[in-house]
Amino acid sequence: MTIVECRNVKKIYRQGEVSVTALDGVDLSIVKGDFMALAGPSGSGKTTLLNMIGGLDSPDGGSILLNGQALEKMKPSQLADMRLHQVGFVFQSYNLIPVLSAVENVEFVMLLQGMPLQERRRKALAILDDVGLAGKYGRRPAELSGGQQQRVAVARAIVGAPAIVLADEPTANLDSASGKDLLKLMQEMNESKKVTFIFSTHDKMVMEYARRLTLIRDGRIVEDRRK
Amino acid sequence: MNFIMAWRNIWRHPRRSILTIAAIVFATMLLVFMLSWQFGAYDTMIDATVKIHTGHIQIQAQGYQDQRDMRKVVPDPNEIERILTSLRGVKSYTFRAEDFSLVSSENRTYGVLVIGIDPQKEPSVSTLEDMIRRGRFLEAGDRRSALAGEILADNLNSPVGGDLVLLGQGRDGSIAATVLTIKGIFNTGQDEFDRTMIHIPLEYFQELYNMRGAVHMAVVLCDSLTAVPAVKERIAGALSGIDSSLAVLDWKELNPGLVQAIQMDLVSGFIFYLILIIVVAFSIMNTFLMAVFERTREFGVMMSMGMGPGRLMGLLLMESLGITLIGVVIGTIAGAAVTWYFQIHGMVIPGAEEVARQFGLPERMFPQLSFLSIAVGAGIVLILTVLSALYPAFKVKGLKPVEALSAV
Repeated sequence: MTIVECRNVKKIYRQGEVSVTALDGVDLSIVKGDFMALAGPSGSGKTTLLNMIGGLDSPDGGSILLNGQALEKMKPSQLADMRLHQVGFVFQSYNLIPVLSAVENVEFVMLLQGMPLQERRRKALAILDDVGLAGKYGRRPAELSGGQQQRVAVARAIVGAPAIVLADEPTANLDSASGKDLLKLMQEMNESKKVTFIFSTHDKMVMEYARRLTLIRDGRIVEDRRK
Repeated sequence: MNFIMAWRNIWRHPRRSILTIAAIVFATMLLVFMLSWQFGAYDTMIDATVKIHTGHIQIQAQGYQDQRDMRKVVPDPNEIERILTSLRGVKSYTFRAEDFSLVSSENRTYGVLVIGIDPQKEPSVSTLEDMIRRGRFLEAGDRRSALAGEILADNLNSPVGGDLVLLGQGRDGSIAATVLTIKGIFNTGQDEFDRTMIHIPLEYFQELYNMRGAVHMAVVLCDSLTAVPAVKERIAGALSGIDSSLAVLDWKELNPGLVQAIQMDLVSGFIFYLILIIVVAFSIMNTFLMAVFERTREFGVMMSMGMGPGRLMGLLLMESLGITLIGVVIGTIAGAAVTWYFQIHGMVIPGAEEVARQFGLPERMFPQLSFLSIAVGAGIVLILTVLSALYPAFKVKGLKPVEALSAV
């Protein structure tokens, strides 16, 4: 089942008189359960493509369908609603909300979804247990290690049961052991909960773990293969 | 959780928040105290003016207030007395008659306002008796007796017991001439009164000026200042069926200068307060603009998770309302406490004694804490500071997620 369909997606950044083509006619299909690495050198367009798929940015040409809905036709409020229910994000620098504890960070998405307090607290605690953070529920981000923060970020990304999780270089700020643990965790979530993951990365370890590897260079998909 | 987030965000930079709250506390405190001070001063000024001379309400002939014509009289004071005796809200009343005349001592002559007063009723309406500095107040049965203002007595070089020759014109155009003995010298603190007035017994005035039992005004003191409008209405209602030639005037109509002075003081006060609050509002705006700039990336993360711009704006407004409420509540309590202290003990402003004397005010002034003086100050600070937080909040509303996420 296709979750994401990119058709001839183009994006050009303009800064004064200089134009930079970030995406140059990308065609890509992502199916449910994919565990996919979007790899390429810096400036190749990985993050831009991820932002487009997540509805954070809009293409200058082409179309992106998420569960059959064209993102470029949506209003900002509809895009926000779509992100709330269908997309989870994991960022390179964790980006947890510093004033909230681990469990509150995880709860936050469910709060936005309008879930009652008791139910969201129960789910948040359960998922923190799943990602190996039992007993660390009340810690603020500053009291957690980088690896632990990224686990909270993963828990936050998947707790709202999104159609797809977009992870922008999730291991870039982690040491190799923590990075490996995180990848194992995401792999487990992919297999047990059927969560679809797309990573942008140039980390070889991530590419090794991925079951689908898509290479992008100068805004174009140059290779797309399943292992 | 929104509330928890807002609360924790307020204390994310404690020093900055405390400084902002301190500015709000200071502004609120100052407003509560200053407004109470102003309202207290106005009450004192009104009370002083009313009790020195005009009373709360006067019943006069139509047009007498604008043109002091000797012949515009209240012809039947007994009828008015019957009405006032039975009227609710009337604390006391008296009758007066007055005319401009010449008074002379041995070698000096001055134009003065001669006022006929009832020696028994006058003390229940005015503070004139308390202002006698030398000699005594008028008594029942006194005839050719006068109370002179201190400055006038000095100008005439006439002490208590001295004689004054009075020359005026009666109601019927006849000459009113007599010799008066100064029984007492008063000092109201208001130079104009003390320089230009003498008081004589009302009965003798009516005889001297051939008033044929008439007076120029009935002066009424009400139970309180707030009771004045209702009492005025009742008097006007009672008079309407009896004598349409009479007018009922309240203290505002009798003292237009005082009302204007209060209005001007209020306006200038509000301009000062507005400037103060605008400075505080800019401080709040600065705090929240800083927060927006510092937390742009965080807002981007929240937006990426599906938080709509309206909800994000709501979070920021909740934070600003939180800071403002803390400041306003502390400021109001502190302002009320300080005001309460001075309301009990009073306050002397060094160097302002002369000005106070000119307005008939006591040296020691007392602020008047009221719901209005608290609510107006606190309300203005609350509204303006929340309004000042709208700009940063709207700035957040215009953020694009991808740009916010790339903010440093």
